[in-house]
Amino acid sequence: MSIFEYNGAAIVAMAGKNCVAIGSDLRFGVQLQTITTDCPKVFQMNDKLFLGLSGLGTDAQTLHEKLVFRHNLYKLREERSMKPTTFAHLVSSVLYERRFGPYFAGPVIAGLEDNGTPYLCGMDSIGAMETAKDFMVQGTSPESLYGMCESMWREDMEPEELFETLAQCLLSGVDRDALAGWGSVVHVITPDKVITRTIKGRMD
Amino acid sequence: MAGEGSQYSFSLTTFSPSGKLVQIEYALKAVGAGATSLGIAASDGVVIATEKKLPSLLVDEGTVKKILMLTPNIGVVYSGMGPDYRVLVRKARKTAQVYYQLYKEHIPVAQLVREVAAVMQEFTQSGGVRPFGVSLMLSGFDDNGPQLYQIDPSGSYFAWKASAIGKNMVNAKTFLEKRYSEEVGIEDAIHTALLTLKEGFEGQLSSSNIEVGIVGADRKFRVLTESEVADYLQEVE
Repeated sequence: MSIFEYNGAAIVAMAGKNCVAIGSDLRFGVQLQTITTDCPKVFQMNDKLFLGLSGLGTDAQTLHEKLVFRHNLYKLREERSMKPTTFAHLVSSVLYERRFGPYFAGPVIAGLEDNGTPYLCGMDSIGAMETAKDFMVQGTSPESLYGMCESMWREDMEPEELFETLAQCLLSGVDRDALAGWGSVVHVITPDKVITRTIKGRMD
Repeated sequence: MAGEGSQYSFSLTTFSPSGKLVQIEYALKAVGAGATSLGIAASDGVVIATEKKLPSLLVDEGTVKKILMLTPNIGVVYSGMGPDYRVLVRKARKTAQVYYQLYKEHIPVAQLVREVAAVMQEFTQSGGVRPFGVSLMLSGFDDNGPQLYQIDPSGSYFAWKASAIGKNMVNAKTFLEKRYSEEVGIEDAIHTALLTLKEGFEGQLSSSNIEVGIVGADRKFRVLTESEVADYLQEVE
């Protein structure tokens, strides 16, 4: 059994018209046992930047703490928040530093650039970055998630429609995944606000 | 950094009874004995300039480079000891590249200044080393606009609208105080810089015994060629 499948996760991020959305499942489990159903895998870094971390729970947690640490120091030194591209490169560097003893995590970064353009990026556990214009997925059943996104995503969706699409992709995508699901949370980021919605799904 | 059997593993920059660090005072004297350098921050760019005082006519002045680039949008000049300057330039360039590798974004001017200043400060509080015998004048253009910074051997740094360091700094600064205005553009700033250098220059100012570097709104730092300097000098005359 792969170390990446010890805990289980599903993360989807999508780009719309001057908005991005990112969501994850809520299951926290240890192999086949579900421990809690209130464990989101998406974290807010600043008002226009979200980070999702799939993979081994302890590594995702530690990585998140390290990145909060780095981001806080950056804000103090530079007196400004990190741009999404800057943050993504930082995550990549942090991961590559551990090239031969990596963090078993799969990050997804979703944010809005200064001019409102969506930024989506995903990487593997050693920091190989991939930016996307449409959507980015990570987790224990990426194939199901890709399948859903590929068929349901369209260009230039407004925030409301983007939310519906992402939510449906996430909910249906985790149906075939024993290790992810048990409810989900979705954040929609627009230039003026972030709307967070927790979604009731199949609790199995 | 102490040698074998060295008696000097303590810091040479220890406080005097009057609360001064005499080594830093002496380092500033070394700076004050160096050739004059100055910088002017204009509304749309920054200009830095220096005298190229060579010890002999036989020196190949084309190979002497006092104004150097640290990043594509940041340049630096110094007054004081050349070899110490080169060490700092190396460290500064590396710092800038480390930042770029981490963030894929060019280091902001203020951040680079802080890092270089931190290095200079280290050498005032470590065992077996002496402070750097240079003051640096850093010019750059980033998202916060055109900026000019001076960094001293102690590690203190100041942002200036216009300033001078080295032998003739007092007269040069008085001259600049009279001539500086906030709205001045970079072309005027270059003329003012040349006039300021001319004020304290021993001998005849020419394009082969001064160096000028500019960074404009295009955010590209460059050292002016000898012929460009000659043209500006003609305009000033």
